[in-house]
Amino acid sequence: MISLPILPILIALPLIGLVFIFLSSEKDENAEQSKKSALWTSTSNFFLSLYLPINFDKSIPHFQFVNSFSWFNNDSLRFSLGVDGLSMPFIVLSTFLILACIIFILPQAKKNMKMYLASFLVLESFLIGTFSALDLFSFYIFFESILIPMYLIIGFWGGERRIYSAYKFFLYTLLGSVLMLIAIIFLYQEFGTISIPKLLDYTLPFYIQIWLWIAFFSSFAIKIPMWPFHTWLPDAHVEAPTEGSVILAGILLKLGGYGFIRFNLSILPDASIFFTPFIFFLSVVAIIYTSYIALVQEDMKKLIAYSSVAHMGFVTLGIFSANIQGLHGAIIQMISHGIISAALFFSIGSIYNRYKTKRINFFGGLNLKLPKFSVVFLIFTLGSIGLPGTSGFVGEYLTLLAVYSKNTIVAFISTIGIILSASYMLKLYKRVFLGGLSENLDNKNDDINIYELFLYIVLVILIFIIGIKPGLILSYTTASLERIIQLYPISIF
Amino acid sequence: MFLLSIFLPLLSYFVCIFLNNLVKDKTLNFVSCGLMVFSSICSIFAFIFFHFDGEKSLVITNWISSGSLNVDWSLNLNLLTATMIIMVNFVSTLIHVYSVGYMSKDPRRIIFMGYLGLFTFFMLFLVSSSNLIQLFVGWEGVGLTSYLLIGFWSHKDEANKASLKAFIANRVGDFGLLISLFTIFIVFGTININEILLLVNSHSQSYFNFFGFQVHSITLIVVTMFVGCMGKSAQFGLHVWLPDAMEGPTPVSALIHAATMVTAGVFLLILMSPLIETSKFSQNLILLVGTLTCLFASCVAIFQNDIKRIIAYSTCSQLGYMFMAIGVSAYSVAYFHLLSHAFFKALLFLGAGSVIHSMSDEQDIKKMGGIYNRIPLTYTAVIIGSLALMGLPFFSGYFSKDLILEFIYLSESDFKLFAFGIGIFGVFLTSLYSSRLLVRVFHGENNSDEKVYAHIHESPMVMLIPLVILAFFSIFFGMIFHNFFVGPSIESIWSKFMFVDSEMHQAYSIGNVPKLMKKLPLIMICLSVIVVFLFYFKFSRTKEMLKEKLKFFVKFFYYKCYIDELYEIIIIKPSYYLGRGFWKSIDIDLIDNLGPDGISRFVSSLGIKVSKLQSGYLYHYVLSVVIGLTLFISIYIYIF
Repeated sequence: MISLPILPILIALPLIGLVFIFLSSEKDENAEQSKKSALWTSTSNFFLSLYLPINFDKSIPHFQFVNSFSWFNNDSLRFSLGVDGLSMPFIVLSTFLILACIIFILPQAKKNMKMYLASFLVLESFLIGTFSALDLFSFYIFFESILIPMYLIIGFWGGERRIYSAYKFFLYTLLGSVLMLIAIIFLYQEFGTISIPKLLDYTLPFYIQIWLWIAFFSSFAIKIPMWPFHTWLPDAHVEAPTEGSVILAGILLKLGGYGFIRFNLSILPDASIFFTPFIFFLSVVAIIYTSYIALVQEDMKKLIAYSSVAHMGFVTLGIFSANIQGLHGAIIQMISHGIISAALFFSIGSIYNRYKTKRINFFGGLNLKLPKFSVVFLIFTLGSIGLPGTSGFVGEYLTLLAVYSKNTIVAFISTIGIILSASYMLKLYKRVFLGGLSENLDNKNDDINIYELFLYIVLVILIFIIGIKPGLILSYTTASLERIIQLYPISIF
Repeated sequence: MFLLSIFLPLLSYFVCIFLNNLVKDKTLNFVSCGLMVFSSICSIFAFIFFHFDGEKSLVITNWISSGSLNVDWSLNLNLLTATMIIMVNFVSTLIHVYSVGYMSKDPRRIIFMGYLGLFTFFMLFLVSSSNLIQLFVGWEGVGLTSYLLIGFWSHKDEANKASLKAFIANRVGDFGLLISLFTIFIVFGTININEILLLVNSHSQSYFNFFGFQVHSITLIVVTMFVGCMGKSAQFGLHVWLPDAMEGPTPVSALIHAATMVTAGVFLLILMSPLIETSKFSQNLILLVGTLTCLFASCVAIFQNDIKRIIAYSTCSQLGYMFMAIGVSAYSVAYFHLLSHAFFKALLFLGAGSVIHSMSDEQDIKKMGGIYNRIPLTYTAVIIGSLALMGLPFFSGYFSKDLILEFIYLSESDFKLFAFGIGIFGVFLTSLYSSRLLVRVFHGENNSDEKVYAHIHESPMVMLIPLVILAFFSIFFGMIFHNFFVGPSIESIWSKFMFVDSEMHQAYSIGNVPKLMKKLPLIMICLSVIVVFLFYFKFSRTKEMLKEKLKFFVKFFYYKCYIDELYEIIIIKPSYYLGRGFWKSIDIDLIDNLGPDGISRFVSSLGIKVSKLQSGYLYHYVLSVVIGLTLFISIYIYIF
């Protein structure tokens, strides 16, 4: 088999598209040419990324499609790329969601459209880089560089308080990453390597693990985000433009979960066991506490943002229960949340584009105005509350089952989250879509356009496919995850 | 055959939803009803071709496989599921046909038909699933469709509130069921129903660490599962959604709240009967909760004025009877009552729907009366339904309900006398509210508007035919199938699919129940009919006086024992309060103020303070240079 250097291509392609965008001399808000190039780039990148799952060997737990380059003329500092079953789904998710964002942008007009599109392409390249980086150094670089386009997206194209939110987002995440940088430097100093595959084979002494664990934790806990480091998220979401929120909720949060599995769980197993009660505590608090907050929100985006924190609580529960159901559940939950929250943010974007507000009180009886859209939104809502048959259920069920085998109290309390999630999501649906028609909504009567319809149908199909056949994703991850679980003798299942 | 009988309703849903605006409504109505008829025929054939003692599992495809957890999409076919499927399909078909007439003026009628199909599908899926997680799919699915159907008239605020309430109350139940599923998997290591039932005996003494206590594992499983069943079957505590659910269109009430969805809880417990048998504690719990619900719901029903709400509370109390039967291990009898109840309750609801239809959507029984000669067929149907509900001899309710009472009497439960007493008293209350309903709606003076009165008309044929068929079954079902569920041969029929207490059945067939006990329900019925007759026709003044005297009681029951209000105060309000508290005081005031905002404030204030040092005066700088130099020199000298 001819091995295509697929990962470098995936990273480079968006940058090539970037060149095309800058070559066009459009200054207007529509920028048709740039939109076309962005669309082509992201489409081809998405289809190229499908090369990974098609040619992926499910039985190998190690990294595949490895490409390695030397930089700094130093053999211990190699720039290497590769994927295993853990990172591969996220790469496909990233390319998919970026494509979805570009499609969603197509019918819109925005100030400085060229730059806007460019930010997304840059973001795509960095995201793929982060998920496929096999050495800590390039991981760190990609991980941090994501902040730049994201910061611009929020700070440039955001809402009224965008500057505050962008700063809060940037500084919050940067703070955590600084500690991670220290940990990476320490690892390099101590072991003379930054290659992740090599580090997986080392066993570090417990007292070092503790400190490294805290350093990595501080970065990922802010990213994912866990309670009480979550306060940047609602602000960032509310101010970010629709597509920004989609990427933020859809992929950026998953970086935290990915990092937890890749570093904390795989490299630092003893410390992970030590800190498990701590993580469980934070996750349970996150699930219950943010669900209650979501119940009283007046802004749609803020509500979804808080619900994201609760959903990520399930992810951390699953990850640190460290058995196969927990990890499977966490991954499915991340992918499913990536799709469902993206779908919900897109939907809110659709509403916002029509009525220029996200206040829940403003609406009422929207299903009379937008009948098709209300059906789609209901499906997303149901996915978000984890109705069996949708992807949300599989993740929640598996994570809760895994936690239940470890600690019944934690599982019991977090299961209450499913009641709360039903309450706040259906309440949102009721207040926005049902009831008598609000008098604010007169005059405008355009159901979703063809781009939106296409996008939503694809998302709906994905939600059901993953819900009915989660094995399509899980089978890729099993081998890699089993390798991690071997580190945890206390895992029963 | 079997697959068809389950998936045809789903097909009907898709047809209705996707072809809604493309094909004429009439055709679609016809297609969806036709599919349902076909599906019923298939289910009957599946039952006939299949032997009584056979069992079959159809694996469709793998669903979740993760470590030792292996869940398939698969269907189970045996006597229990096959009979249940026939009932669901049959009742659902009739309700489909009925809805064609009932919803004929609604612009979204096709969507309604679609939802009915989807609902039927989920119920069938629930009944026939071979593992508990798949059962949970159907379980939540019927919750979802009931949410959609109750809130079908989404412009009505009441309907939206009711549907939300139904979903959340059901979710509370689902929460219990989920915990039960987790425990089952950890105790048994499997989630497949047949495998669990095989393993019950080997785990009957196992203990499980729950919240740090060693709990008898099967008791834990059954109790949490029972919480789920309480939610779905509207038992006391989680019953709040059922009466409110009457906001939906009447066919929905008939389908969801009589024949199918609410029976899911009873069905699950019957399915899991060997588990329940190993836990004495949970049996008693089920018996007591059933008794309490029976008493509570029938008391409340007497004081309601909405015709549908009365029937809804009566459903509640009848479900209470079924749980009582389960509590004394008379599973086959509970199942018998489940089936016969499905027929007469559907009949009652559809009859009530017909009344409402003819009264121009009036539901208050105080505004009805004296209309029996205007709508004779409906009147007959409702009478037959009510008589079957009361349990008058030779109607199907007589066979099933009296069996329950007799089995309670025969059982060895600690609470059997208590339950038996309440059960008998429940019969009295049941016939009291049923006859009150009949009198109020059909007899006496008419209290409606003249306009409405002038407009009273018998419903169209599509609505009447289902009534006739259901009436037939309400009368004869009990008589025909009586021996199928009780008696000496039942062990050979049912023991494979549910737990059968053969001693009790033997005791029953010998005739261990005293004559007086057997006659008690009948005496109660007569008594209550006399009471109603006296109150409404002879001594109506006394009634008013009594009402005045017992004002407190009347009000207490009229407001459903203030349970909704209680929940409002202890659960809903505190939740909002908590949410606001968490948000405003912890998120914004504590975390943000001390965290990012606090730090940035600190940094900028520090900057301001430091910048004040740059005063611009030469002597300030000279002073600092001198101080600095002195400091460094002294440190240097001190060190070296």
